[in-house]
Amino acid sequence: MMSSITARYWREIPQRYRGEASKSKKTGKTYFPPRLVEPKNGNRQFEPVKLDYEGNLITYTVIRVAPAGFEDQGAYALGIVELPGGARITAQIADCPLSDVKIGMKVRVVFRKIRDEGHEGIHCYGYKVVPA
Amino acid sequence: MAQERVVGIVGYGSYIPRHRIKVEEIAKVWGMDPETIKRGLQLYEKSVPTPDQDVITMSVEAARRAVKRAGIDPKKIGAVYVGSESHPYAVKPTGTTVAEALGATPDIHTADMEFACKAGSEGMFVCYGLVKAGLIEYGLGIGADTSQGAPGDALEYSASAGAAAFLFGNGDVLATVDFTYSYMTDTPDFWRREHSFYPSHGGRFTGDPAYFKHILGCGRALLEMSRMKPSDFAHCVFHQPNGKFPMRVAKMLGFTEEQNKTGWLTPWLGNTYSGSSPMGLTAILDISKPGDKIFMVSYGSGAGSDGFIYTVTEHIKGKPELAPKTRPQLDENKFYIDYGTYAKFRGKILKAG
Repeated sequence: MMSSITARYWREIPQRYRGEASKSKKTGKTYFPPRLVEPKNGNRQFEPVKLDYEGNLITYTVIRVAPAGFEDQGAYALGIVELPGGARITAQIADCPLSDVKIGMKVRVVFRKIRDEGHEGIHCYGYKVVPA
Repeated sequence: MAQERVVGIVGYGSYIPRHRIKVEEIAKVWGMDPETIKRGLQLYEKSVPTPDQDVITMSVEAARRAVKRAGIDPKKIGAVYVGSESHPYAVKPTGTTVAEALGATPDIHTADMEFACKAGSEGMFVCYGLVKAGLIEYGLGIGADTSQGAPGDALEYSASAGAAAFLFGNGDVLATVDFTYSYMTDTPDFWRREHSFYPSHGGRFTGDPAYFKHILGCGRALLEMSRMKPSDFAHCVFHQPNGKFPMRVAKMLGFTEEQNKTGWLTPWLGNTYSGSSPMGLTAILDISKPGDKIFMVSYGSGAGSDGFIYTVTEHIKGKPELAPKTRPQLDENKFYIDYGTYAKFRGKILKAG
């Protein structure tokens, strides 16, 4: 049976698996997830670029009451990471005790399973960050 | 006459999860004496994957490291073969996800291998053959597992997680493949039936008629066909279901403890099944010098062994430093967990609801 998230996950493979972003040919700014239209100036000319995989943790929060699909993961940290080029990603912070998570820490983007779609659906893969 | 192609490894990478459980922690739960296990099996601790890690994620990490060391465009990879007995899906390939994450699709051939602990060396063998035949420029062979031992079973002390990836190509290879040989028979020493969660095994039957017969059969034939003797090799590496078997089989073939110790990771890593001897090979390549000869024989229950003889070249220089080395991954930045956390991580207990 086709599930509700299968097609969406499939469409997002380039960004989720490989960190593919779009760089504006007008302003040089990198957007992630990739954009088709640049805000403010309406530019539609972009070139695909691959994000660098090391960056800094800008801020984070601790999720103690996890949403559906993440209930088993207990308390986990979710952070915003700035990567070279200025792109920012939101990602779970893995392999790091909550007490060790610090704003400004260097992190590395890794390939992890984000969630399972129940017991019979797809495994959803993507990126998380770990201490560099 | 066509010039013979120099085919070998152009890049390699390994990945070991950071979490570990000690033999003492498992033995405590089942009322066993940890010293007996440590002495008998030469196992001290093993790696444990977090719930967000599986054969696909570990293969991607190891493969990215292999590509980085090779310094090639992933689009040139013509084949990805992932060998494992714990592929995340029963139906849906591991290889396509790995290839997609590398950016190697769509001009590529992928297949998933399964042959107990030998599936990793199978992928390596096929990649080597395809490159040698000139059908592909580069081929990626990966051995990865997140194997499970039934609670309380002897395998629970050893079944661990890790991945090793090897990129085969020709030209500037960092290690040439000089000889290969494979040895197979139908031997029911270890198996898992469809829908069974944990494997079954033949206890002591997994020793002489299985592990030792096949590794010795393959290893002796490999020495004979290469007209080489054990003392010609800088390093050897064998499949490592526990710490004891590989040391014993090395001695039986005429290798010394010194030759075997670099790739001997199981006492601290556990048995990474399809990743076992390939993982040992990554640790050897990390420290090897040009001219070093390496003797490798895998083993998979069911049963068979793939043997390889490699010679390290000048192109190894500077390559190990380009990505995380294997031994530091094993020795540093570890998180020790208790049995309860381990049981949760491995899906042995589930949250209600």
